[in-house]
Amino acid sequence: MSKVFNQGRDNRVSALESINLEIDSGEFVSLLGPSGCGKSTLLRLIGDLTSPSTGAVLVNGKSAAQARRGREYGMVFQQATLYDWRTVSRNVQLPLEIMGHSREQREARTQEMLKLVQLESFGRHYPWQLSGGMQQRVAIARALAFQPSILLMDEPFGALDEMTRERMQMELLRIWEQTKNTVVFVTHSIPEAVFLSSRVVVMSARPGRIAGIINIDVPQPRNFETREHPRFFEKITEVRECLRQGETNTHKGPPS
Amino acid sequence: MSQVADLAAPIEQELLPQPGAASRWRDRLRRFLPPAIVFVLALVLWEAVVNIFHIEGFLLPKPSVIAATFIAESSVVFPAGLFTMREAVGGFVLGSLLGIAIALATARWAAVAEGMMPFAIAVNSTPIVALAPIMNQWFGITNPLAKMSIVAVIVFFPVMINTVKGLTQVDAAALELMRSYAATDLAVLLRVRIPNSLPYLFSALKVSSTLSVIGAIVSEYFGGSREALGVYISQQAALFHFGEAWSAIIIACLMGIAFYAILLTLERLIMPWHVSIRATDEE
Repeated sequence: MSKVFNQGRDNRVSALESINLEIDSGEFVSLLGPSGCGKSTLLRLIGDLTSPSTGAVLVNGKSAAQARRGREYGMVFQQATLYDWRTVSRNVQLPLEIMGHSREQREARTQEMLKLVQLESFGRHYPWQLSGGMQQRVAIARALAFQPSILLMDEPFGALDEMTRERMQMELLRIWEQTKNTVVFVTHSIPEAVFLSSRVVVMSARPGRIAGIINIDVPQPRNFETREHPRFFEKITEVRECLRQGETNTHKGPPS
Repeated sequence: MSQVADLAAPIEQELLPQPGAASRWRDRLRRFLPPAIVFVLALVLWEAVVNIFHIEGFLLPKPSVIAATFIAESSVVFPAGLFTMREAVGGFVLGSLLGIAIALATARWAAVAEGMMPFAIAVNSTPIVALAPIMNQWFGITNPLAKMSIVAVIVFFPVMINTVKGLTQVDAAALELMRSYAATDLAVLLRVRIPNSLPYLFSALKVSSTLSVIGAIVSEYFGGSREALGVYISQQAALFHFGEAWSAIIIACLMGIAFYAILLTLERLIMPWHVSIRATDEE
């Protein structure tokens, strides 16, 4: 699969080239790479927010567009993108409203979701009354409210401070263990990718391609001790090596 | 749970001690006292200047004279104000509804925007009160519709432009989210675009509220019903009855303020979430 922006024009940019990636159901996969490597573009291709120039994205045998129309994607962006005019619980309800769930269903489901992200008592607050980490938890609750099978996350913790970020990573793993979603997680943080994922897809830039795929066999379930685990450090080193290799290959390659 | 620090900030805000009645009064006093003092000083200065320089009453009447005339003439001036206010509000409602309707059509079909914009801009560059004599011919000089149509044209443009802006300048991520829900265009309009446009719409409505009072009065200078405030002002001024004219101007001023205040209240009721309102709440 590939993606070219502004195809056929002088300012065309080849964002992704010969991408071939298979993700198993229930897997937690990170897309890791320097900025400009097309990891976000790849995520958007999976979510049918943009379409590939060549090739196709298949989700359980269906096209990405079919999967999107079948509401199989929950999305979380770097900004929480909560709607200012809705309270926390009405933000979580929004996808359910659009999908035509009854009022009782919506309210029950919203309570359940807020409980999952541990914000039960904040349903009536407006987004601006919450901290960045809490807003992002609401965004996760909203993404999971309609029980999509795939969770697509584009640097969801990128705007948070280090401490909140590590706490949110734990939260996300806890939620993932409960919901058993397939998660595709874009990040440029090596420890974050290694800590969270069952596999890390390392990407290199210009044009974006996959430099390597690394299995993270750090023991599950992950917790605070994971960050001290020798295997964790070994994997971080391995990912870093892979990133560096991807970089040198790019420099040797023809200018794009 | 490890989220204590995370939860702390908003809770702290809630637990802040509520200001007592005494300090609330002090706050109110601090806010309203300076303008009140300026107002009183200005009146005293005005009165003094007229006295000291022996300014003729028909050029600049003293505030005390205006106040006396205002009370004496109130049975004429208040109904005149109401009559003109009806024209202003009628035109305001007409113009805003038209502006909102066209803005919605514009947001839905880009072709409408391209077709309409040049004309909307042309209308906006026309000195609209210049149309007053023509409208008087069309609808009849005493027909309130003549004035309402002027006001409607004045109000139309800012309302339309601002609503279009609010409907179209939506955060790209907010729209992508709706796309990921496979939301219909109608759902996007109702749940994202329209709520997003409300702050823009209200800032246009607030500006238009005062404009519509001005528009109604000025268009009455070109002739209108004997009950109208603008007609009263121009007639009294022509007869050198400046005390009466100033009384009517006070009414016009009160009308503009009242209209603005109503919209401000509506805005707060409809958009309790909005930044502009949050800021004043936290003061």
